[in-house]
Amino acid sequence: MKSVKVVVPFLLTLTLSLSLFSFSFPSFGFQSDELLVDDEEFSLEGSPQHRSPEPVLTRSPPVTRKRHSDLDSSDSKIQFSLDHAFGDSDFSPAGTFSARLKTWSHGGQTLTKLRFSRNSFSNEDKEKFKNLLKSDDFYRIRLPSNVLSPPGRDFVISSVKARCLPREGLDEHFVIHMEGVNVLAVNYGSPGSCPYPRNLKFPAKWSFNSHTVLKNSEQAPRAPVFTEEILGGENAESEVVQPPERSFWAKYWMYLIPLGLIIMNAVTQAMNMPEEQASGQAPAQGQPSAGAVQRGPSSAARRR
Amino acid sequence: MAIRSFFVPFLLLVLWFYSSLSPVLSLYEDQVGLMDWHQQYIGKVKQAVFSTQKTGRRRVIVSTEENVIASLDLRHGEIFWRHLLGSNDVIDGIDIGLGKYVITLSSGGSILRSWNLPDGQMVWESFLQGPKHSKSLLLLPTNLKIEKDNVIVVFSNDRLHAVSCIDGEVLWKKDFETESFETQQVIQPPGSDLIYVVGFAASSQFEMYQINARNGELLKHESAIFSSGFLRELSLVSSETVVALDSTGSILLTISFQNGEISFQQTPISNIVEDSSGPAVIIPSSVPGIFAIKINSVTIFIRVIGKGKLEVVEKLNQETAVSNALPISESQQAFALVQHAGSEIHLVAKLAHDWDANLLKESIKMDQQRGIPHKVFINNYIRTDRSHGFRLLIVMEDHSLLLLQQGAIVWSREDGLASIIDVTASELPVERDGVSVAKVEHNLFEWLKGHMLKLKGTLMLASPEDVAAIQSMRLKSSEKSKMARDHNGFRKLLIVLTRAGKLFALHTGDGHIVWSHLLHKSEACQSPVGLNLYQWQVPHHHALDENPSVLVISRCGPSSDAPGVLSFVDTYTGKELNSLSLDHAVVQVIPLPHTDSTEQRLHLLIDSDKHAHLYPKTSEALGIFKREFSNIYWYSVEDHNSIIKGHALKCKCTGEVADEFCFDARDLWSVVFPSESEKITATVTRKLNEMVHTQAKVMADQDVMYKYISRNLLFVATVAPKGSGEIGSVTPEESWLVAYLIDIVTGRILYRVTHHGAQGPVHAVFSENWVVYHFFNLRAHRYEMSVIEIYDQSRADNKDVWKLVLGKHNLTSRISLFSRPEVITKSQSYFFTHSVKAIAVTSTAKGITSKQLLIGTIGDQVLALDKRFLDPRRSVNPTQAEKEEGIIPLTDSLPIIPQSYVTHALRVEGLRGIITVPAKLESTTLVFAHGVDLFFTQLAPSRTYDSLTEDFSYALLLITIVALVAAIFVTWRLSERKELQDKWR
Repeated sequence: MKSVKVVVPFLLTLTLSLSLFSFSFPSFGFQSDELLVDDEEFSLEGSPQHRSPEPVLTRSPPVTRKRHSDLDSSDSKIQFSLDHAFGDSDFSPAGTFSARLKTWSHGGQTLTKLRFSRNSFSNEDKEKFKNLLKSDDFYRIRLPSNVLSPPGRDFVISSVKARCLPREGLDEHFVIHMEGVNVLAVNYGSPGSCPYPRNLKFPAKWSFNSHTVLKNSEQAPRAPVFTEEILGGENAESEVVQPPERSFWAKYWMYLIPLGLIIMNAVTQAMNMPEEQASGQAPAQGQPSAGAVQRGPSSAARRR
Repeated sequence: MAIRSFFVPFLLLVLWFYSSLSPVLSLYEDQVGLMDWHQQYIGKVKQAVFSTQKTGRRRVIVSTEENVIASLDLRHGEIFWRHLLGSNDVIDGIDIGLGKYVITLSSGGSILRSWNLPDGQMVWESFLQGPKHSKSLLLLPTNLKIEKDNVIVVFSNDRLHAVSCIDGEVLWKKDFETESFETQQVIQPPGSDLIYVVGFAASSQFEMYQINARNGELLKHESAIFSSGFLRELSLVSSETVVALDSTGSILLTISFQNGEISFQQTPISNIVEDSSGPAVIIPSSVPGIFAIKINSVTIFIRVIGKGKLEVVEKLNQETAVSNALPISESQQAFALVQHAGSEIHLVAKLAHDWDANLLKESIKMDQQRGIPHKVFINNYIRTDRSHGFRLLIVMEDHSLLLLQQGAIVWSREDGLASIIDVTASELPVERDGVSVAKVEHNLFEWLKGHMLKLKGTLMLASPEDVAAIQSMRLKSSEKSKMARDHNGFRKLLIVLTRAGKLFALHTGDGHIVWSHLLHKSEACQSPVGLNLYQWQVPHHHALDENPSVLVISRCGPSSDAPGVLSFVDTYTGKELNSLSLDHAVVQVIPLPHTDSTEQRLHLLIDSDKHAHLYPKTSEALGIFKREFSNIYWYSVEDHNSIIKGHALKCKCTGEVADEFCFDARDLWSVVFPSESEKITATVTRKLNEMVHTQAKVMADQDVMYKYISRNLLFVATVAPKGSGEIGSVTPEESWLVAYLIDIVTGRILYRVTHHGAQGPVHAVFSENWVVYHFFNLRAHRYEMSVIEIYDQSRADNKDVWKLVLGKHNLTSRISLFSRPEVITKSQSYFFTHSVKAIAVTSTAKGITSKQLLIGTIGDQVLALDKRFLDPRRSVNPTQAEKEEGIIPLTDSLPIIPQSYVTHALRVEGLRGIITVPAKLESTTLVFAHGVDLFFTQLAPSRTYDSLTEDFSYALLLITIVALVAAIFVTWRLSERKELQDKWR
């Protein structure tokens, strides 16, 4: 019940924003393709409790129906299925993706509002998955390459070492790369890291925690176009500006370094000087007094 | 004092470092040829025409399969001039008109050009159009004139043209209405004004058109039906008789059309050849009265006597090549036969009407590695005793060209090197003791003289003659072409595989051929097609006594699923160590990063049924392989349906034959590009042997970015299927380019970016963590280059020094690609002036030296462009800190600095590939560019900071040392004297 409370306000905001979005289009009169750039849907769905997978399945259809009434007539609801395979076994259905198909006035079609409901593992599946974990084998999934006419030209396959999935439950992360209604590729794996010596670990709960991201292509940044004038102007400007920009150090380092060295030299000499003076003055002071007496030995010492 | 002594060298070091960063990379005039070499080739000769007039130089004009027209010196084989036509401008025929023009027909018979014979300048060019594509034939009648104009008769595009030899104007043209008429021969009987056009319509109808050569008027059109059909080949035996074969290849048909009447004469081959089995083929020749057929591998010469009567004159079992007829006098025509027999070839020149008399009969010893003769061209000259002499130009199986005269090879050209398909580098043997200086230098006096000259040069006392002598000494230095390893790793062997299936070892010092090896023909495989070259055994640490070897992968036959052949060739000697005929095809070769105890690299060969085969087939290799079994992944690109698939190994092959070196594969992932909007045009990966020195990049703001360095990254570029044609064939709206970075282990798309309004062809290069690609921008009407750099965010936290000191970082932890990658990418685009033929990047031994892109331009030159120009962090106004780091202010286009052409004044005609090999010296990389020409040089992208350059002033150093020593002595004496004076005080 708790989760329902969370979902409802979330959906309300979603429908609100969507209706706003759909209203805003006719007023502009042209179709912005901004959505193409960062149309990243992030939805979190799945069966949070392994005890009751049924409520999830029954809950999602009314939700989508509700939203359907709010949306444009150019949108339609579509579904496509996710298949999975354990190791080299054959593929079997594992879940359903449902999404809105948005048809643009220029003919393009994109998917939005992707939602995913995953079938829970049957006991047989659990055994198979345990075997995968034991043998460190691959868990494979596939999607149709065209969502309107599945399977399209071919299925897009992705796989991950089964040992990467178990955490508390089974964490999975889908990145679906779309091009219109075509699924280019699906990247499947754990949402976090999967450190290399993969340890055998069985999940505490046999429920999937699924994250789904829909990705479209980015637009390349345009090559910068500088007109000659700007370039010339900048050059001229920079020529003027450059002399003050250069710091004092940058301009005069070649004089400053020798200067510094000389100063340093001078300082060290000056440091040495007092000592020398100190050591030199003492005998100088002592000489006149002891000079007559000590001439012999001192000269003898020198001769040595 | 201590501070000062530390500070000064440090300052000097910094100064030196900054000076070395300047991107100046040019050559002084006297450095040309010191460490670079350039070789010019023409390719396999298709047709040759001799020009041996009494005056002027003797030369031969050739056209080749590399689309080169060249004029060669008949005395030495050097190139007088040469033109490389484009790859879609294939030469159909050449001839010499009026003794001073070279006439070429090319581009499927639609372009006729005339070149000036002495200097190769184009005189005129005319375009011949026609209704449909057909065989193209070029004919230059010797004495056919229309209003004092010599006429060129061209049949092309299903239309007959008469073109003036002087200015290329079309005098008349004639279409043939008959549907499905296929012209085989255009005949102009000497001394008449008639042209016969003969050919087949449908499959069983022989057609003959008689045309007035003066105005193109159709005089007569005859056709005759032969019920059992023809093979599409005709041999001309006289101006009014041709010989054809029926569709089964068992009946010879002599067709004569004298006076416009067609008459057939059938002769079953079994009637004239006793033990004939199998279908025959006609060898195209034009010797009057004689034609040749080939049954299995036996060549049979048949003479036509009178009214369609045939007579076998000779049967030859060896591989034979026949030349065309050469008129040597009014009534006599000669031709040549070349036969291959073991280590010798036999040359025979005969008169066409008299088979038994030989004008010439010689045997010449021939290098076994040249294979069998493919083509022969004959030319005659008048000997000193007024008799006829003959010279033969022969083309061998390895595409080499030889001129034979008086029983000797006058010159030979290794023109197989014009079509290199793969290159790899190999070390030279380690220098053995016993080779002293005295042996290398001629004698002591020469040696002394050389050093005196050098000393004079360095002290700037040399006269201009001395300078020239020094220069030639430097160029011919025997040190350069020594057959032993050098300390800096500049001397290596370049092992190249040519399209003819021949391996050459070129010395990097001066480019001479050390050895050559024609791929071995075995019983199982008659015509191996060389595909790839891999380093099989590179001995270093242990197993140093083994010679290095290369693996040559070839295919037995033209189809892609033909069984493969492996050959192992010793790179020191060029001997074939072993050859394996496989029972499976080779679609993909994966060199694994593992070697066995004899340093043999493990290779995985993928066949057409997606089975993986391990080589070498030893139990030791299998043991190593089993350990890495689960860590081997690869990908395959299906170009035709735009799918990329990832594979891993599954288990042993489940075939009927137990083979423990064969493994089944399974599909792990797939990327399916929508066929209506994307088509794969380029896939690039990193080089396997590339070294990366540092994983981190320090930014200007003392920040650290970690490079995402993975050997498993694949760059894929797709274009819109509409836009895969010529540039300009689509509007910017319907053309785009999508670039992908795909992890090949998991199939993850790490980055994907769309360039709207862009069009291929795409050329890309991948190195370290960046990829640079080149394409055409339709909106800006310019070529563009883009760079993508990819950085790892998962290690970005390791910035704290204390963490690094205490070892609390994850830099050394193992990375699994199954983890979710946290990467960020940076990209930027720039305009570039040139279109690009090839693109490569410099590679050095340790990867410390900064990188340069090597761009093969459309002008067949190689341009070195500093990677710093393609840095996505460039901005219009870089901050002071960024400037200090070396970031160049952003400009919209990449600069082309004329001094940075690696090829300086030379051109590498028909440039196809650029290969970089690291030298042992970190600063230096070896660059080899190949096309029709070869070019090799050494590059130092950041200058040679780790060795003294050639022009280092040793004299100055010497003088300084002497001066210092003198100063020490003087000051010592002075101080002694001073001390003495002090003592006496």
